[in-house]
Amino acid sequence: MIDFLSTIGRRVLGLFAIAGRLALFVARALSHCFRPPFYFRNIVQQFWTIGYNSLPVVGLTAVFTGAVLALQASVGFSKLTAPSAIPMLVVVSVTRELGPVLASLMVAGRVGAAIAAELGTMRVTEQIDALETLATNPMKYLVVPRVLAGLLMMPLLVLIADVIGVMGGFVVSSFILNLNESAYLINTINYLHTRDVVSGLVKAAVFGLIITLLGCFNGYNSRGGAQGVGAATTNAVVYASVLILFFDYFLTELFLTQ
Amino acid sequence: MTNSMTQAATAPKISVKGLKKSFGRKIVLDGFDIEIAKGESLVIIGGSGSGKSVFLKCLLGLIHPDAGSILVDGAEMANGNKGARERLRRKMGMLFQGGALFDSLTVWENVAFALNEGVGRRRIARAHSREIAVEKLNSVGLPEDVADLSPAELSGGMQKRVALARAIAPTPEILLFDEPTTGLDPIMADTINNLIVSSVQTLGATAISITHDMASARKIATRIAMLYQGKIIWEGSASEVENSGNPYVDQFVHGRSEGPIQLQVRAL
Repeated sequence: MIDFLSTIGRRVLGLFAIAGRLALFVARALSHCFRPPFYFRNIVQQFWTIGYNSLPVVGLTAVFTGAVLALQASVGFSKLTAPSAIPMLVVVSVTRELGPVLASLMVAGRVGAAIAAELGTMRVTEQIDALETLATNPMKYLVVPRVLAGLLMMPLLVLIADVIGVMGGFVVSSFILNLNESAYLINTINYLHTRDVVSGLVKAAVFGLIITLLGCFNGYNSRGGAQGVGAATTNAVVYASVLILFFDYFLTELFLTQ
Repeated sequence: MTNSMTQAATAPKISVKGLKKSFGRKIVLDGFDIEIAKGESLVIIGGSGSGKSVFLKCLLGLIHPDAGSILVDGAEMANGNKGARERLRRKMGMLFQGGALFDSLTVWENVAFALNEGVGRRRIARAHSREIAVEKLNSVGLPEDVADLSPAELSGGMQKRVALARAIAPTPEILLFDEPTTGLDPIMADTINNLIVSSVQTLGATAISITHDMASARKIATRIAMLYQGKIIWEGSASEVENSGNPYVDQFVHGRSEGPIQLQVRAL
């Protein structure tokens, strides 16, 4: 019984320790985002790898999300209401929820894992120590470019995902369900609200921060060779995914009560 | 502070006093003292897990010691503020055990890293820094052809040479070598030893190496110190190490499995 309690106690303390270290890391990383010097070459490079290179994954996710929404909606509505209900359902769900959340989950798998693996390998092969001995702050050189790229590229990716998602719904509704094309577009515009899009983009920026910060945190603090890097990669993706869903709920609540 | 500044001219280049560091219950450094004069080449020998690497990392300010002081040119490294630590670090160059080359950059960008990116150093044009990098590569016996390769395309020995070129590129006053010959064949190990000796002489630098390779220690060292259980248990000139009269040093130098030294089970 004592053993059992002490195990729980140790786990809880461990969790608080990790939460504390994560909070300190996040504070340090964000404060370095505002203090020079900046490594513009690295920043541009990360914009490219995190932003541009994620386009195919995000685009594919979006097109199928929009398409399946249209298909699912077609079952529930009568011939009369379908032409207006399907585009409304697609555009509202994609801009508010599915665009940011699904795109971010895909990017967490792609980018979060890559960041954790790269920084983790750099840690265990002493490359991060080498950076410090060469008078370069690894926070500024490695972490800041990735975090900035997550913060600024994720909303752009989600904006593109919104457009592609709506087009996915359009393709299914026009060519598979044979509904009127112009009615779809007009209804989409009628139900497209700035507030929905903006709330989705704010979510995207927060999720981008979560993905890159957790990737950096886990990679930066990885220990013990290949196994440590593997664990860091897994943790980066799992924690980021869970936190994305967690923050999605609270951000939604925040926007709905506004 | 002013007192230590005025003494700097006569004081040793590096002075370590009562350095202590433990990880959890494991004591790694337990009152480590050593003084290193300017231009000297000190080799610290000791078994795996005797705390050699931890000492180098304390010296670089990568690990904070629990107690004790490290004075570099009379300025405090161990407890100094961040700015002071970074200024001192700029006097040092380090050759890491595995090379620790940045695999996202080419060979010449690695060598010129401190010139291109290092904070507080005057930044120079990339074309000019490439010239300097090639010059440094030549000085460690590498042709210009390797400059545009990526580090992963080089053999272990070549990576060590590039890492050495990177360490000496900003012309540091203090050079640190972490097991410079580990994992190299005997011929390449000797080449690296020769390069270390010649680059330390060319720079007029103070060198600290840690190794368990006695052939390397004999070649590089002007002075040898033995680290055992977190303390320096013996120090003397390179020629004295063969007949030290210290049973621990004898066992280590002659590589005997029987003797007073107990095997370290847990890694550090």
